[in-house]
Amino acid sequence: MARLFALAALLVSVACGQAAAQFGEPPRSLNSKFREHLDIGISTNEIAIAPDFRGVDITVFGAVDGVDEFLLAIGAYDIIVALEGPKRQAIVRRKERVAGIWVNRHSILFEPIPASYSISSTRTLDSITKPMELATRDTGIDNIRLVPTGAVGDGSRLSEFREAFRRIKQTTGLYQRDPSGVQFVSKSLFKASVRLPANIPIGQHTVRAELYRNGQFIMEAKVPLRVVKTGLEQFTYDLAHQHALLYGCLSVLFAVVTGWLGSLLFRRD
Amino acid sequence: MTVYLPIAELSVNVFVILGMGAAVGFLSGMFGVGGGFLITPLLIFYNIPPAVAVATGANQVVASSISGAISHFRRGTLDIKLGVVLLVGGLVGATLGVRLFVLLRQLGQLDLIVSLLYVILLGTVGGLMLYESINSMRRAARNETVTMRKPGQHNWVHRLPFKMRFKRSKLYLSVIPVLALGFSIGILTSIMGVGGGFIMVPAMIYLLRIPTNVVIGTSLFQIIFVTAFTTVVQATTNYSVDIVLAGLLMIAGVIGAQYGVRVGQRMRGEQLRAGLALLVLAVGIRLGLGLVLPPDEIYSIETGSLGY
Repeated sequence: MARLFALAALLVSVACGQAAAQFGEPPRSLNSKFREHLDIGISTNEIAIAPDFRGVDITVFGAVDGVDEFLLAIGAYDIIVALEGPKRQAIVRRKERVAGIWVNRHSILFEPIPASYSISSTRTLDSITKPMELATRDTGIDNIRLVPTGAVGDGSRLSEFREAFRRIKQTTGLYQRDPSGVQFVSKSLFKASVRLPANIPIGQHTVRAELYRNGQFIMEAKVPLRVVKTGLEQFTYDLAHQHALLYGCLSVLFAVVTGWLGSLLFRRD
Repeated sequence: MTVYLPIAELSVNVFVILGMGAAVGFLSGMFGVGGGFLITPLLIFYNIPPAVAVATGANQVVASSISGAISHFRRGTLDIKLGVVLLVGGLVGATLGVRLFVLLRQLGQLDLIVSLLYVILLGTVGGLMLYESINSMRRAARNETVTMRKPGQHNWVHRLPFKMRFKRSKLYLSVIPVLALGFSIGILTSIMGVGGGFIMVPAMIYLLRIPTNVVIGTSLFQIIFVTAFTTVVQATTNYSVDIVLAGLLMIAGVIGAQYGVRVGQRMRGEQLRAGLALLVLAVGIRLGLGLVLPPDEIYSIETGSLGY
């Protein structure tokens, strides 16, 4: 990815007629003290939601350069691949019984969190590395940071609200995990499958891969993935949001014509 | 076969939606109602976000009421002056209603209020209709003549000030109750996605004493414009009108209604009303149970969009 970036920067600078030399070589990895280098790629950068979309499995391919053969043989390398959805604010509400009726009573607003999250790994996360290591990188469903904003009424309930958020996201299929979804296909090549559920949120998703050696984080690589609606759906959505008045009038016109045509077609004279 | 609803942002089974539209269209043709009060709860039962169900319901009522409105307009069986006064109240009510709708959504109480209003309204209207139709069935069985209270008699409504002459209805009536009626129907249209005919018609007959021959036409006149207005306001403030969903419902509904009308003509009035009453009560009870029974999950998540 970094190399691609450098290439793109080079092309842009050439096009602008500037000296390419003024751009420094970007760092190859975050932790340059390691020899290993991780690269990932996906077959498409865009997923289109067709009217009959029922979810899809995405295969992410990756390569680890500069591996130590011995460490690889004993399974010291671990890879975690996560597909993170667009970040959105979320309100979690809790119902309580008031006068016999279930009413939303308490709510907590959380700072933008990935609307979907699908994680695959070579092993279970807790056997790959220490919880602290995962937590610092927000890796894993239980480590996604849920930061409350605004007025938090009853702070003692915060953990319950967080748990509820994760539970609901998992039961609706928006958060998923597969502890054996990443497999090495050769010495340096691996493939990972991440699941896009049917109710996938529209927007910019990110595939994030992390490489660990003996539980130590080495580096991560990111690839963007756009999830878009197909032509007509996107057109309708845009029309409804950007030209709302026109859209509203069209809806009414459509209703008038449908009702009127119906009465013409089925007239009993 | 599934179809993706671009505004509700979810995939639904197209045949379920068409079936719903046809069934409600059939019933609305049979009983001569708009069907909004059935469409909206059914959509909510089918997990369509209530915000979308309400706004789309209002849009659907436009289609199901237009043919009736046109034929009353042609025959001249409506009081335009009265309709306009009702409409003024209705537009104000709908504007305020949409504001209230936005506020309730922000508070996270929209679903609750929509359900509560439906339970109260459907329970009351259904109960009264059932009571009335059973009584008239009994009377019919005993061969008694049905004595309706004569319209034209005066009650407290007719002592209010700001009177106006409605020539077509042969009435000299205060505008206050007319505006108030239009206003409350406007609020119901925007919060519940109903036309409100099932409240407006009895209120016009029994409360305002408007002659029965212009009641239906005048109420349809008001309903068409208020639901159309509500659709546009919902579309511009909440972006919650789903034209794909509404289109499917309308097309199936218009066809269903034609068969409903034919069946309805072969049935007796009080049987028809009893049937409608039972249906209304059933929908009300189902919604009521949802409020009272412990939910599977007491927590809920709301993200930026309309869905859950």
